[in-house]
Order: sequence, then structure tokens, then C-alpha cells
Amino acid sequence: MNFETTIGLEVHVELKTNSKIFSPSPVQYGVDPNLNTNVIDWGYPGVLPSTNKGVVKSGIMAALALHAEVEKHPHFDRKNYFYPDNPKAYQITQKDTPDAHDGWIEIEVDGKKKKIGIEEMHIEEDAGKNTHGNKFSYVDLNRQGTPLIEIVSKPDIASPDEAYAYLEALRERILFTGISDVKMEEGSMRVDVNVSIRPYGQKEFGTKVELKNLNSFNYVRKGLAYEEKRQQRVIMSGGEIQQETRRFDETTGKTILMRVKEGADDYRYFPEPDLPALDITDAWINEINDSMPEMPASRRQRYVNEFGLKDYDAMVLTQTKEMADFFDAMIKLGADPKMASNYLQVNVNAYLNDEQKDLSETEITPENLSTMIKLIEDGTISSKMAKKVFKGITEGKEPKKFVEDNGMVQLSDPAQLQPIIDEVLSNNPQSVEDFHNGKDRAIGFLVGQIMKQTRGKANPQVVNKLLMASINK
Amino acid sequence: MDYLGKDIFSIHESLVNGDITAEELTRQTIENAKKNDEDINAFVVFDEENAIKQAQEIDKAGIDPDNVLSGIPVAMKDNMLTKGVLTSAGSKMLSNFKPIIDGTAVAKMKEAGTINIGKTNMDEFAMGGSTETSFHGKTKNPWNLDKVPGGSSGGAAAAVAAGDVLVSLGSDTGGSIRQPASFNGIVGMKPTYGRVSRWGLIAFASSLDQIGPLTRTVKDNAVVLNAIAGKDEHDMTSSNKEVPDFTANIDKGVKGMKIALPKEYLGEGVDKDVQDAILAAADKYRELGATVEEVSLPNSKYGVAAYYIIAPSEASSNLQRFDGIRYGYRAQDAKNLEELYVKSRSQGFGDEVKRRIMVGTYSLSAGFFDAYFKKAAEVRTLIIDDFKNVFQDYDVILTPTAPTPAYSLKDEKDPITMYMNDILTIPVNMAGLPGMSVPAGFSDGLPIGMQLIGKPFDESTLYQAAYAFEQNTDFHKQDPKMGGAQ
Amino acid sequence: MSEKISKETVSHVASLAKLELTDEQLPYFTDQLGSIMGIFDSLNDVDTSNVEPTFSVTDQINVMREDVADNWGQRDALLDNAPDVSDGLIRTPTIIDESGD
Repeated sequence: MNFETTIGLEVHVELKTNSKIFSPSPVQYGVDPNLNTNVIDWGYPGVLPSTNKGVVKSGIMAALALHAEVEKHPHFDRKNYFYPDNPKAYQITQKDTPDAHDGWIEIEVDGKKKKIGIEEMHIEEDAGKNTHGNKFSYVDLNRQGTPLIEIVSKPDIASPDEAYAYLEALRERILFTGISDVKMEEGSMRVDVNVSIRPYGQKEFGTKVELKNLNSFNYVRKGLAYEEKRQQRVIMSGGEIQQETRRFDETTGKTILMRVKEGADDYRYFPEPDLPALDITDAWINEINDSMPEMPASRRQRYVNEFGLKDYDAMVLTQTKEMADFFDAMIKLGADPKMASNYLQVNVNAYLNDEQKDLSETEITPENLSTMIKLIEDGTISSKMAKKVFKGITEGKEPKKFVEDNGMVQLSDPAQLQPIIDEVLSNNPQSVEDFHNGKDRAIGFLVGQIMKQTRGKANPQVVNKLLMASINK
Repeated sequence: MDYLGKDIFSIHESLVNGDITAEELTRQTIENAKKNDEDINAFVVFDEENAIKQAQEIDKAGIDPDNVLSGIPVAMKDNMLTKGVLTSAGSKMLSNFKPIIDGTAVAKMKEAGTINIGKTNMDEFAMGGSTETSFHGKTKNPWNLDKVPGGSSGGAAAAVAAGDVLVSLGSDTGGSIRQPASFNGIVGMKPTYGRVSRWGLIAFASSLDQIGPLTRTVKDNAVVLNAIAGKDEHDMTSSNKEVPDFTANIDKGVKGMKIALPKEYLGEGVDKDVQDAILAAADKYRELGATVEEVSLPNSKYGVAAYYIIAPSEASSNLQRFDGIRYGYRAQDAKNLEELYVKSRSQGFGDEVKRRIMVGTYSLSAGFFDAYFKKAAEVRTLIIDDFKNVFQDYDVILTPTAPTPAYSLKDEKDPITMYMNDILTIPVNMAGLPGMSVPAGFSDGLPIGMQLIGKPFDESTLYQAAYAFEQNTDFHKQDPKMGGAQ
Repeated sequence: MSEKISKETVSHVASLAKLELTDEQLPYFTDQLGSIMGIFDSLNDVDTSNVEPTFSVTDQINVMREDVADNWGQRDALLDNAPDVSDGLIRTPTIIDESGD
């Protein structure tokens, strides 16, 4: 029997707004327990939520990035359940009128392109955090109210590789909107997975199994691959798939039964009466659309087609929005695209790796790096000198001034070089003779003497040209 | 100080003239209220210390002759957050709860210079119409100590009727200001939904709750609404409509005013005495130059059914936060989380609250939402449309506030009978309209109130109509006897 | 909509609401809830097939707050009033079922 796999992914993305979705408390990580909490975050009696415009805007940006249709009249709903990290015992979310619906993103697996549909996406509040001891549990509400976007895929994903590609594409697009860091390891991107299989040709979907504890894209792929095979084995041996939740074990790569689902949870959703409905105007959507950062796929295309970069280089430059923005800024400043690409990929990336920093945390600016490249291009400095200049740039120095202050300007003026060349030639008649006798090495010696005289500042290209002209006179 | 026969303006004059200081006034007010409370139990707690301190500060700064509220003692319903002062919402669940903030209405009253002397008794979480479900014991009606004061703002209304204070703030979800005002022969206003911020009001049903003043006179009421109305950034449902001076046109009379008398509100179930009082009020208005005509609000009769789905549904969600974890009552003997939830809530809530939580939970649960909650919300639309139709041709709607005068404390009450008592006030909350109760008669020595309903945000016209009636009748001039029935 | 509510349903609803009903309370509440549900039957008489539901009567729409962070500094006061705290955290009895979302 042959099976086809159906995978559904629900991705939670944490937004990096200044304040929480329904309270002005700061959104901030790694602070003292409950520091960023107020009466709203505690679900205090008598307090009311207030909608953060920045979150609604982020929701629209995400919708545009995922080609989804923005809901014009969204409202919020309450999802009721008791848990200590859920202080009101309801989560404010969007059920009836998700922020946006019917989007898609394109993925590529084994050279084949495919569109994966997005069912809907909605904005909601995150819960606090529980930690558990032996006798007691502890609640920290700092995370309570952090804005989230939940993105629900259509059941278009048919393999673990497609799931992986979908997550990559989704992460990349969200990253480029700038609304989230989308880092799995920091919890700003979380993935819930549903997977079912069915014999080819069967109309109905198979019974869904939910997978938990998938803390990287790789684990999602591995967990799904294991689960696909496990479900096949169960069915082939005459068994039935139960509706259950399974946990991915990172060490064995297997999925382990957590609990069997008995009936649906009853969240008693209803429209949130404390928040007026929203009216998203076309004017606002257009305004946001006009200010949307260019998506990575489009940038890659531009880099290859307009600047003649290789596919690989274009990909490296679009790994982060910061890097791609940096590159674009350099091009705008007139830097040569290939040189800019080269310096970013080699020198800058090496520096970032060594320092364990993000580009924005460094002193490097597109202006300074472009200036350096121009200095190389017009022969002011050699690429050897550029290494020193780059170090200066990482310390916040302006390249032109750095070059002058350190006397690094390359000697390219023939009027200054000619007397030195003439002197070297007259002082080394033997070498001149050797040259005329066909010993090319003699040129190397003469250039060396000239460089020595100029303490290495002479522009080698200019020296070569002038020397050849003089010696052949 | 006993406020019978007095109003804000007469007390303000005494304060401005220096006949009495704010501190003396506050001390005497509390002393008198405490004495009365031995009979009526209108207060949950007195905040003597803060009240006197505040009065002293006002004396020091001097009474503002242009601010009639300066130095006036007031009382707050026990579901309104008062910083550092017990706010229990009449429940064991919050019997130790001292909030860390003031609600917006409380803060605005403070800014206006009034002095809060304490918290008034109420049905637990405002769920009830008789103030009998309070954790702090029953409040009694000053007109007849064997009768209920109404509810849920029963303590607020009894305190004003007994002359404890001139002003109290109450909350009204289905009639909780107007019905006790009616039972106590005073003036009670439920403003338009959104007119007064709900920030700091412990929520019962968020789409229906509204704070409003209970006072001895119509003009006092308008003065207080002036102080508490307006947009609040903490309550996104609060309206940004301009707040007029509600006293500005209060004495313009009703000549030419068009008053509607909906026949459904004078039918079966409404006491003969009550019907007569309302018909007499209609005649009075005609006499004063208004047109009064019978109209129909056909869907109002479904109000009770729709309300007792919507309000408990919202309440079931609003009251989930009382779980024993972050504040309020926590059961002591819980071995695990589930037990903590169940025991804290089962021990902390009274029966009426549990009943409504269960009705609401049921109405929202999977498979029932469309048949109950959504259906009720659709009926709500029809109720609103009825009002819209009538208000195309009329300025004000006149009805009784409650079908009967105050009933006996001793009567066995089943929930259904109790719920049906709200039939005349509920539609007003469902439509979010302003509604007020004004003294309009007596039946066996017990007050009868008439309800005036206005267009959205047109409280001014209500005050105008109410003032004209008050100035041409004597009902508000009678005082309660503070005694039991013979 | 009109059949009376069963004890099992009332038990289920109570457990959803985290309420415990004793053996004496269950029939008492079942009976009362049944009659309360009885009032709702009258809504069946109303034709609402073309009627939009009203969930709120606020006159406000599109009210939003600018995304500006403001720490109100209420942590200590909130913790002081909590029934049980430990090192700045709210303490609860152990959560046995770890299946929550």
C-alpha cells in the first residue's frame, strides 16, 4: 500500500513591539520575574485591555509578506481555559475574524517549486511562564501579553522536506518584515505540527497526530519523517491511528506518546466585549504596503539579474535582513556590487563570527565600507592596506581620515614616482642590463627597490607601468 | 449630619459660608451613617481615616465656591476599586481584597473634591436585585425594614434614601442602579454605555455594565454625572463623544417634548399601583405641555431571556480570573492545582454566582453557542431596532422602573421570579441607552419609581424631563421612617 | 433547546467552570438550571434568520493605543497582595497535569 502524507503547521511568531499587545508594559526578555507586569497583565479585577496599534500593524505586515488577504473588520475573541500562566483564565485572540486569510508562500524542494497555502493568521496574546518544583509551581507573568501571530498552513504540505522548506521560507519572509526575530532557539518562533497519512486515492484525511517539543526546523523534519514511517507501520500491520499528542525525543529521534485526545477541548469562544472592533482601511494597508521592506526572494533575483552576482552570493547576502539592507545601502552609495558582496561575505562575516555579534551591534557602516571600496578602486590604497583600513572601520574610524592619519595613502602620482624610478635605475645598472638580457626577475628586484624607497606606499600598477617605460627607453 | 431634605447645593452653601467645615461634615456624616447602619446595613466598610484626612486637606485648601462637589461626602459601591480600601464586590472571594489602584470613576470623584466615606453593600458580584446575596449580610430598605432595598446597588440606594450621604455611585448591568433607586424613592441614572469609564469596575457583564450616580435630587444627579463622564484611555469602549454640562438645560421644561409610553411595559405582571403611578406621571407631563403617546416595543418581552444568556455568559468568563492564585480567596487545603481552583471557587462564590456561572458556561459551550449566545445577541439587535424606531418620533420613553414596589425580605424567592423583576430595566442595558429612575408615587408607604429612557448620549434630555417632573411633584420630598411594618 | 438539562450536563458544566457540586447540590442546581433554561425557550418564537447579532453597543471603533512601553511599577504591590509568593514569583500548588498549552 502506498500512502500520502498530509502535514499541517501552526507557527507562533512573537513580535518585537515596544509594549505588550493589551497593556503598555515593556516587551523585554531576561529581566527579573514579574518585573514587566502591571494590573492588566495580572488579570486584576476591574481592569481592561487596550489594543496596541503596533501589533495590528505588524499583523498587516505579516499578511502582506505572506500574500494573504487582510481582514477589514477584525474583532477579538476570548478563548477560555484555566491555567496559572493564563491570568484572566481567557486568552484574547481572534477566532471569527482572523487578521488575514488565504495567503501562500512558495517553496522549492529538489528543484521543484510549489505554493503552500496559508489558511489564516491571527494576532493574540502570549501566556506567562510556569516553572515546576516538587511541591510547588511558580508563575512569572513577564511574557504574559507579549504579542503573537499564529500562522496556520493549509494541508498542502506533503513531506517532511516540504515542511522544512515551508518553515525556512516563512521564517525568512517574516524576518524581512522586521516584525520578529523569528528565532526557534529563543522561542520567538514556535511550531506545532499535525500529521496524518492516508492511502493514495482516499478522499478523507487520516487521523491527525500532534507532535510536540520540536525545537528546530531539523527536529521538525526528523520528527515528521519518523512519524510518517510509524503511522505507515501501524496501518500496514492492521492497526489504527489514534488521535494523540506525541513528543519528539531529540536523543533517539523517535516520537513518544504523551496523551490520547478524548474529544475536543471546549474553549467557549465568544467576541471580546472589552475591545471595540477594528476598521482596517485600504489607505492604511496601502501605506503599510508602500513601506514594506523588499522580500528576500525579490532581492536575490535583483542581485543576480542587475548586479551579476552568483546565486550562492545572493543567498548569503539575504541570510538576514540586516545584511541585505547593508548591501543595498552600499550599492546606493555607489560601491561596486561584486566588491561589496565580497567584502560582506568574507571580511564582515568573519569579523561577526569572531566577535559573536550582529551587524547592528558593530561600528561598521555602509558609508565607511563603501568609502573603503572606492579607495581600493581608485588605487588610493592597496587591497593589502585595506585589511588595516577594515580594522579601523570596525573601530568606528572613517576610512579616508584613517588612511591619511596613518600615512597610508598610495603613491600613484607619476611626477613623484619618476625621479625615484630614475634614481633606482641609475643606481642599479647591473639589473638593467640583466633585464635587457632577458632576465625578467630583474624587474622584481627593481620594483622591490622602488617600494623600499617609498616605504611601500608606491602604487604597484603605476610603478610597473613607469618602470617598463623607463627601462625600455 | 443627616441629609434628609437637603441637596448638594444647600450643603455646598453651608461649606462655603463656613457654617460647617468639610472635616466636621465628614465626621458627622460617618457618625450618622454608622448609626443608621445598625438598622439598614448599607455599608460594607467605612473608610474613616482617609475620609477625614481628605476633608482636612480640603479645609486647608479652602472650599472652592465654584465647585459644588468640593468637600461633599459620598459612598462607593463595593465593586468599584478603591486604593487601599476593601473592595469585595459583596463576595467571600474578595473579602480580603484591597486594590492597589483607584478606578477611573472613583478617581474622578476624588479629583472633583468629594470625600469617599466607605463602600456600600451589594449583591455578590452585582448578581441580584435585592442585596440579599451579599457575603456581608442583607441590607434593609429604610422605608420599611422588612423590605429589600432592591439591588444590586441596594446599599448605595439605601444609604442615600436614609440620609447617610447625598451621593453614591452604583453600577447597573440589568437595572442595578434604577431598580434600587425606585425601591428607595431616590434618583438613579444609568448613563449611556460608554459614557462613564468601566476601568476599575469589577466586571459582571462587560457589554452591559455601566457606572452611574444615585442621588436625592435630579440636579444633584446631573452634577455628579458631569464629574464622572468622559473618555478614558484605559477603557477602549468609553465614548469620545463630547460631555455636555448636564445641568445646562435642566430647567427648560417639557413643553413640546414628545414622550412615548410603551404599552408592553404597563401590561401583565406590573402592579396596579405602579401602573396608576405611571399613568398619572403621563398626565402630569401632558399638563406640563408634553405630548405623551402610546407606542410599542414588541421585542422587549424577550429581553429577560436574552439577558439571562448574555450576562451570565460574559460573567462566566469575567469571573474565571478568581482562581485563588494571584489575589483574593485561596482555599487552604488544596493538594494540587486542580483542587486549588475548584475549592477556592466553590468556597469563595455564593449560590447565585455559581448558578449564573453555570448558565453562562453552558450557553457558551461547544454546540450551544449558536442556539443560545448568538441567538440572544440577534434578539438584542431586534430590541435595539425597536428603540431606534420609537426614537425617530419621540424624545423620551416613560415606563415603570420595576413591576412592583420593594418586596419582603422574608419571601422565599426562586431565581425565575427574581429574574422576571428586571423585565423593565434590562432592555435599556441591552440597547446601551441611558435610563433613569425618578420618584413617582407610593404604594402602602413604599416608593414607586418611573423610568425615563433616552436616546444614546442624550442624558441631558432625561435630566430635563426628570427635573420638570420633580419640580412639579412632591414624591421626592417625603422621607423614610426607618421602621418596620406595623 | 427545550429538553431539560441533565445532572450529567450540570456536572460537566460545573467542572468546566472549576466548581464542585456536592451530592445534595447537584439535584438542586440541576433543577434550577433546568427552569432557567426554560425561560430561554421563548427565544425560539423570534425569527432572527436575517438579523445580525449585537455583541457590543459601544459607539467606538478602531480605538488603538500607540506602541509605547510604560512600566507602571506595580510589581511589588501586586506581589504583596498575592496569597503566596516566592522570590518574585507567584507560588501555586504543583501542577500535576502538564498538558496545558
